[in-house]
Amino acid sequence: MKALLIAEYRDGKLLGGNNELMAFAEKIGAESTMFLVGNESALPAYSGKLYLADGNECGEYNPSVHKDLILKVVEKEQPELVVFSHSSYGWDLAPRVAYAMQAAQVSEVVDVVDSMPVVPVCNAKLRRNVKVTTAKAVYTLQAGAFSAAEEPTGTPEVEKLNKDSEGKIVFEGYEEAEKGGVDLSKSEVIVSAGRGVGKPENIEMVAALAEALKGDYGASRPVVDAEWVEHNRQVGTTGQTVSPKLYVACGVSGAIQHLAGMKKSEFVVAINTDKDAPIGEVADVLVVADLKQFVPALTEKVKSL
Amino acid sequence: MKILVCIKQVPDMESKFKVNSENTWYDSGDLAWRMNEYDEYAVEQAVQLKEQQGDADLTVLCIGPDRVKETMKKALAMGCDRGAHLQDDESHKREPLEIASIIAEYARDKEFDVVFTGMQSQDRGSGQVGVLLGEILDMSCVTTVIEFGFEAGEIKVKRELEGGVKAKVKTTTPAVLTCQLGLNTPRYPTLPNIMKAKKKELLSSPAADLLKVDSRQNTQTMYFPEKKGVGLVLEGEIADLTDELIKILKEKTGVLA
Repeated sequence: MKALLIAEYRDGKLLGGNNELMAFAEKIGAESTMFLVGNESALPAYSGKLYLADGNECGEYNPSVHKDLILKVVEKEQPELVVFSHSSYGWDLAPRVAYAMQAAQVSEVVDVVDSMPVVPVCNAKLRRNVKVTTAKAVYTLQAGAFSAAEEPTGTPEVEKLNKDSEGKIVFEGYEEAEKGGVDLSKSEVIVSAGRGVGKPENIEMVAALAEALKGDYGASRPVVDAEWVEHNRQVGTTGQTVSPKLYVACGVSGAIQHLAGMKKSEFVVAINTDKDAPIGEVADVLVVADLKQFVPALTEKVKSL
Repeated sequence: MKILVCIKQVPDMESKFKVNSENTWYDSGDLAWRMNEYDEYAVEQAVQLKEQQGDADLTVLCIGPDRVKETMKKALAMGCDRGAHLQDDESHKREPLEIASIIAEYARDKEFDVVFTGMQSQDRGSGQVGVLLGEILDMSCVTTVIEFGFEAGEIKVKRELEGGVKAKVKTTTPAVLTCQLGLNTPRYPTLPNIMKAKKKELLSSPAADLLKVDSRQNTQTMYFPEKKGVGLVLEGEIADLTDELIKILKEKTGVLA
């Protein structure tokens, strides 16, 4: 089995998912080559062949330019599998590459069982094994699903590629994340509000518990989108990645994007009325209770200690 | 201007799911159905663009069994002008390429300037349909849109990347945009608009007539993931629960020391 791994680079830096692509190739026993639009001064630690297109020449992500470059490599290497990270780069580019290759595309692969990719359904409540009926396939891998035991080492053998197409989409620059406010990455205790808090007035109760535990409060994406909590307190893929000693998730269902941001917490307490919520998967303690009753009661007891 | 918004009906994600008898999908009985959350943002953006343009026609499209018409009525009440229901009792079995192909055949001769859809569905979650639609019809496609603007024939959007970073991109019509949560604030349909929506065109036609591709994948089995590393589950009276949790926190973390 030959796999082409699509590494990622943005704004002068390699992105973290690249090691997971290598771990995946190793897990399925594939012979791999790698593709990157990036820079020679920042090459991935990869001992194999790397097709490199220059990031300065190609500009930042442009779908059709990157697609055409990948298709050149596909033509040459004839991989059975093209593998991306399931990221804003991967989920945008993978279907385009798959369509051109007339290959099946399987999104957000979390495992491979009996040579079949496994993907989540309904917010990870269910899973399904996918039977691909084409000779070639394109996968995107869920962040964190395939991780290497050790940091990879090695220097790639580089073959350069030149771009020969222009895209229909014009890139006009990046807007950095809002700075200032709260840096949750250094908090020792975080109490987070999820959609289950029900209404904006209940954020106060979550903040009060955080204060009683001498920590900070955070929130999951739906709560931030509803503007109950400001964005700089959002935990998850599109917010902050945290690693406190104690993480208390109040009414957080546990979407994969949220889990990705908090799974390095040392101890996780989840408070939820739904015993089957995916947050239970990462919780050390799951309290099955109505948080509107439980949280204020806990706050009072902690204060009285 | 002609605008198309493609929506999907999905179960409420808080539902108790069961696997169907063939072990290939979730059982569709006893579920509450609603509009895919990402698509609510797509509908809202489409309605806002129509309002900005004044002279615009907005079609909402949905593939699925007859029950999806209820969800389409919500989109009509939010401000879509007409509904195209592509009837398909087997739509849950269709892979993203089949869905994109059906939409593409519907849209091919209709000269839509802008197509909106959610960036993914809450149930299948592939995130492929919008991109594939763009590829099939050779339209530019921008995914994960978190800010949208249209001025003088030019589409200016922001894409949401990881870690709160956004990429500013522009493109021209015709284009497909896939909408991320938080793009706007989807409106609630008002009672007068719900009444008005009842009189709007909502035509059904068979999706099968538009399906021009073969499936490239199917679901071998669907199942509940094995619970791994589930910690202690505490249930009972609030007062006991708080005492128990405090005891655990004292033992297992340094937090209350």
